[in-house]
Amino acid sequence: MPKPFLRWFAEKGWHPRAHQLELLSRVQGGESMLLIAPTGAGKTLAGFLPSLVSLTERGKPPPGSAFTGIHTLYISPLKALAVDIERNLMKPVGDMGLPIRVENRTGDTPASKRQRQKLNPPDILLTTPEQVALLIANGEAERFFKDLKYVVLDELHSLVTSKRGHLLSLGLSRLRRLAPGLQMIGLSATVADPMDLQRWLAPQTPDEDHHAGLITVSGGAKPDISILRTEERVPWSGHSARYAIPDIYAALKEKQTTLLFVNTRSQAERLFQDLWTINDDNLPIALHHGSLDVGQRRRVEAAMAENRLRAVVATSTLDLGIDWGDVDMVIHVGAPKGASRLAQRIGRANHRMDEPSRAILVPANRFEVMECQAALDANYIGAQDTPPVGKGSLDVLAQHVLGMACAAPFDPLLLYDEISSASPYAHLTWETFERIVDFVATGGYALRSYERYAKIRKTADGTWRVSNPQVAQQYRLNVGTIIESPMLNVRFVKANAKGSIGRGGPARGGMALGKVEEYFLEMLTPGDTFLFSGKVLRFEGIRENECLVSQGYKLDPKVPSYNGGKFPLSTYLAEQVRRMLADPAQHAALPDQVRDWLALQRDLSMLPKEDELLIETFPRGSRHFMVAYAFEGRLAHQTLGMLLTRRLDRMGLKPLGFVATDYALAIWALDDMGEAFSRGKPSLGDLFDEDMLGDDLEAWLNESFLLKRTFRNCAVIAGLIDLRHPGKEKNGRQVTVSADLIYDVLRSHEPDHILMEATRNDAATGLLDIQRLGDMLARIKGHIVHRPLERISPLAVPVMLEIGKEPVGGQAQDFLLAEAADDLLSEAMANP
Amino acid sequence: MNRAALSMTVLPDNPALSARIAIHDVAAICDPLGALYLPDHDVLVVSDLHLEKGSAFARRGMMLPPYDTLATLKILEAVIARHDPKTVISLGDNFHDRIGSTFMPEPFRLMIEAMARGREWIWINGNHDPDGTTRLPGSAMDELHHAGLTFRHEPSAGSAKGEIAGHLHPSATVVRREKKIRRACFASDGHRLVMPAFGVTTGGLDLRHKAMTGLFDRQTLVAHMLGQDRVYSVRFANLLG
Repeated sequence: MPKPFLRWFAEKGWHPRAHQLELLSRVQGGESMLLIAPTGAGKTLAGFLPSLVSLTERGKPPPGSAFTGIHTLYISPLKALAVDIERNLMKPVGDMGLPIRVENRTGDTPASKRQRQKLNPPDILLTTPEQVALLIANGEAERFFKDLKYVVLDELHSLVTSKRGHLLSLGLSRLRRLAPGLQMIGLSATVADPMDLQRWLAPQTPDEDHHAGLITVSGGAKPDISILRTEERVPWSGHSARYAIPDIYAALKEKQTTLLFVNTRSQAERLFQDLWTINDDNLPIALHHGSLDVGQRRRVEAAMAENRLRAVVATSTLDLGIDWGDVDMVIHVGAPKGASRLAQRIGRANHRMDEPSRAILVPANRFEVMECQAALDANYIGAQDTPPVGKGSLDVLAQHVLGMACAAPFDPLLLYDEISSASPYAHLTWETFERIVDFVATGGYALRSYERYAKIRKTADGTWRVSNPQVAQQYRLNVGTIIESPMLNVRFVKANAKGSIGRGGPARGGMALGKVEEYFLEMLTPGDTFLFSGKVLRFEGIRENECLVSQGYKLDPKVPSYNGGKFPLSTYLAEQVRRMLADPAQHAALPDQVRDWLALQRDLSMLPKEDELLIETFPRGSRHFMVAYAFEGRLAHQTLGMLLTRRLDRMGLKPLGFVATDYALAIWALDDMGEAFSRGKPSLGDLFDEDMLGDDLEAWLNESFLLKRTFRNCAVIAGLIDLRHPGKEKNGRQVTVSADLIYDVLRSHEPDHILMEATRNDAATGLLDIQRLGDMLARIKGHIVHRPLERISPLAVPVMLEIGKEPVGGQAQDFLLAEAADDLLSEAMANP
Repeated sequence: MNRAALSMTVLPDNPALSARIAIHDVAAICDPLGALYLPDHDVLVVSDLHLEKGSAFARRGMMLPPYDTLATLKILEAVIARHDPKTVISLGDNFHDRIGSTFMPEPFRLMIEAMARGREWIWINGNHDPDGTTRLPGSAMDELHHAGLTFRHEPSAGSAKGEIAGHLHPSATVVRREKKIRRACFASDGHRLVMPAFGVTTGGLDLRHKAMTGLFDRQTLVAHMLGQDRVYSVRFANLLG
């Protein structure tokens, strides 16, 4: 390490930590590295040390020397993080007087600054994945990146698993080509499979496995986690944890600053309102979630950093590593759904790694009590359940291929080699690659009618180039993989004396509160109230791209039923809950109420063994119910429910509906399913056979609206539908409608189209969780236990309470239309 | 079933469950395939076919599937076979853009020629295709007065007795048991009628949208909604239950 560094550490009274030195020397030795360390371990400084040292040794390029490109690229998942890091990095650079220029570049950077950065690049550029995609698609990319030595990737664990990560992996494969010898430095929180990330950081070749080196810093002091003990009755079902509000309030009064995490935005709104209802001490409690207006979020973050708040209610927007001041406690309301997620959220409390973080878990219902216990146990043994990197998506690949054509004409063979060096695309076949190129050019339809409109064309020398400059312009406007569902601005207006907002009246100029999904607003009629931005609002109507609201005076609003941010229960935690259920010895750790509930279940029905699938059947009202305790998360259960009802219908048992929770699935029917199972007509083995993932799945997918939603995202990312055109943005509604229609046309006429394949791949792992369902069906084969009962069992109560909340589909829709038409008929008959 | 899938099925030629209505005292049948038939005059009306929409987008760099024209024409074939009308009126936005009919592939041209054989065919000009059609049977015009009715693409402002128009792609939303169902519809108050869009890649505009205000007497407005295989007639005031 050069002298100024040693002196700087000495002046601060610090010693370089072992992992910082090891990382430096191994990077200097030419390796790419992955550093896994808990919060507070000096990860960021470690990541930048090789760059700072190398740049110090290089010195400022003398005036008049040839163009020098950027030396180090830092990539973070959040704009705010890139800005935060600039501040933190400038400190040592300034203290030591290093000859290094550091700048950031995000979507918010003014065009003039971006232009200047291209002409006169900084030494270290701090940016986001989207900006990387833009930079490499530029004609100047070769020059700009020719001197690049290091790429530092922050919060790598959160970058790699999404489509964003897929796009970034492709971008890095291009950077490696532009700057041979490029080294990657990945910084990550603890993950389940570090090798997955190590491979991601290294270029892959067909014959050999390549991976970056690994340094692991084991995690500081054990956190001090407890489950909220309460005198109150823990509810059977639901997610609001309202019973615990007084206990939560009491707990945060004892601490200086508390972060309250929830899983969805609607839970955040609800919790925030409930806390203020009993906030007799007027503690400064704030709200922070992704739908709120950016300005409002920034104000909360600033107040937080200055320690002016006592508590913040937040969703996953605060998961990542920005420094939020002195948080001394985390309260997690609702089960965390994953062990790694819990660990990362708890890490938000206390940025010094040698002091224990404090956290309280507040289960919202009785199953969540077990889930919280499982997550707590997992935390103590350091278990991790981060998802694997997964296969790269095809829609992202299409976007990248177009981007590469925008940069310069590409040779397909070279581009294929480059792309398959990115680990998520290592298994890409040449044939699929060719189909993607064809898709980018003309849409890739069997009916080849768009040749003359092609976006990219093969030229005489065998390379592909863009047809015209508008294609590149259009690409730059639409780059990225984050597709939000259509959102409308929420604007606060005053109602006039008559209680209406009038036409063109005071509707403009009110305060913007944030954004709400359009589908949610479509369910409202003027006068309805809902909770948003911590206020009860009255819905007034929609004007163009805005949703107008006024002050609502009702106390019990309709809550925004956001789907966004709902995580399914992780496989690991599900396994732990199943084990806990099966093993009475573990019940001792649970609160009395839950223990009594399980004991009752054991007496009245049974507790399934760890590897068993318990099916209970019982009559209730005029219906017959079947409850399957599969513990595979809501998404997989929903898919299972759709498939089972189809099968039961075919077998003539007249199923009427189903409801899915994270833990169980309930189906109800007109016929006695229990009796049918007992006679083996059908047998449960047949009913739950894996072959349901064949034709039944195919048939169902063809009618499912879920697939349409997935298709829409694929179509936008792949560039089939552009959200933005120069000078105007398509509103969400238009895109949804046309994407649905395109989907219908494609499904009817070319179901094997590459984009349909991309959609099905996404659905298998995403919304439908087919992968997980398949694993479960294989696991329970031969282990299904049927328990016919006279009445509902204790374990069935939670899922039964959820009944009545699911949408209708297919035949039922026409039934409701007929009902509406009959209303007219009876009205006509009443008034001759 | 959506319209694109509908075009792939064998459509029945027996009279479907239609709605029989009168517009300005002219008898009319709302066919669930989205066409209006005037039995006393043997006229079939369709609107907003938006043919060649896919290729119109492709010309601008968005490669939408090129199957929309075929799908729309198949449904048109079926509804013409069902009523075997003397006259066919297509109420404008027949093509998605001005040059759509010029660049339409030959097979589709032949399909239209076969459909028009032995019938009178009228293309009303729309805002998307104001210049008429190229190399296709029939005559193009901005407006037609026939059978005591006026046929034009855009509804005229205010109430207009005996007007049949398109352009707005009306749809209606029924709310029952807290569920919403949205379908394309014929909208009529007995004086004028606005046709649903016939093309398979056309969206809809809700009857409550401000573009619809002033066109109908809402007391007598009925949405004749296109269901799976029948038309459901729901009074405007009754839509929300």
